Amino acid sequence: MFDLTGKTALVTGASGGIGGAIASALHAAGATVALSGTREGPLRDLAATLGERAHVVPANLSDAEAAAGLVKDAAAAMGSVDILVNNAGITRDNLFMRMSDEEWAQVLEVNLTSVFRLSRAALRGMMKARWGRIVTITSVVGATGNPGQGNYAAAKAGLVGMSKSLAYEVASRGITVNCVAPGFIATAMTDKLSDDQKGKILGQIPAGRMGAPDEIAAAVLYLASPEAGYVTGATLHVNGGMAMV
Amino acid sequence: MSDIADRVKKIVVEHLGVEEDKVVESASFIDDLGADSLDTVELVMAFEEEFGIEIPDDAAETIQTVGDAVTFIKGAV
Repeated sequence: MFDLTGKTALVTGASGGIGGAIASALHAAGATVALSGTREGPLRDLAATLGERAHVVPANLSDAEAAAGLVKDAAAAMGSVDILVNNAGITRDNLFMRMSDEEWAQVLEVNLTSVFRLSRAALRGMMKARWGRIVTITSVVGATGNPGQGNYAAAKAGLVGMSKSLAYEVASRGITVNCVAPGFIATAMTDKLSDDQKGKILGQIPAGRMGAPDEIAAAVLYLASPEAGYVTGATLHVNGGMAMV
Repeated sequence: MSDIADRVKKIVVEHLGVEEDKVVESASFIDDLGADSLDTVELVMAFEEEFGIEIPDDAAETIQTVGDAVTFIKGAV
């Protein structure tokens, strides 16, 4: 249904479960993709699986210079960056009273500030093309809060305000800026949870199950598509009804 | 020299969709040519590209009119 033939997409955090699914979905819709992440091995594996129209552009987004460099590398590899998917993120969970300045700063740097830098760098080409899509992966906890994740929730909520402000500025240029907020998604990270922990989580989800990375990817694919051109400044919640906001 | 002025005018006409005879040296992008703040950012980007120069933010702020742009670019190329 959604055709991205001829479009180019940069996906950060593509070595992870959700990022990999997003890159695969955009690629399956015809887009050329640039896969970014810190771990080059999984990126190369994914690129090999996808075959043609897949490029590997490693970057460490905790480095301030890396963000602008990444957009440049991706544009050099693909000719342009029409679609930017800000998916990379880290956690440094700790109870608020125990949280160090470093834990706070690291999470804000990678999860919020690097998205600002990447988006700013990518906008130049989008403005000239009079077409662009910025889709940022946030989290249900940005809307609900979560004990132990004061830094992460702050960054994710910050992304929403940032995206809305940017959406205002560039709407007249054919560029949309949206967020996708996943709930609990089954990935390598959630596999580590005990059955007891999983049971508690599932009790809070009306759908009665965890989400799949593909279900996040489908939301991103929609927002990246030409059909979603009138959707901007929005957050699409994909959480099985866990938080109806 | 006039080549620079002509190229600047061409960019302004294309980006802002205004009549060529309105793009005079004294014309202010915002007050006379109907540009908004984002248009001025785009114009600066277009000048940078056309002339292969860097226009820093503090310099960009001083470029208010067509003449300002021509003067700055003449000094930078």
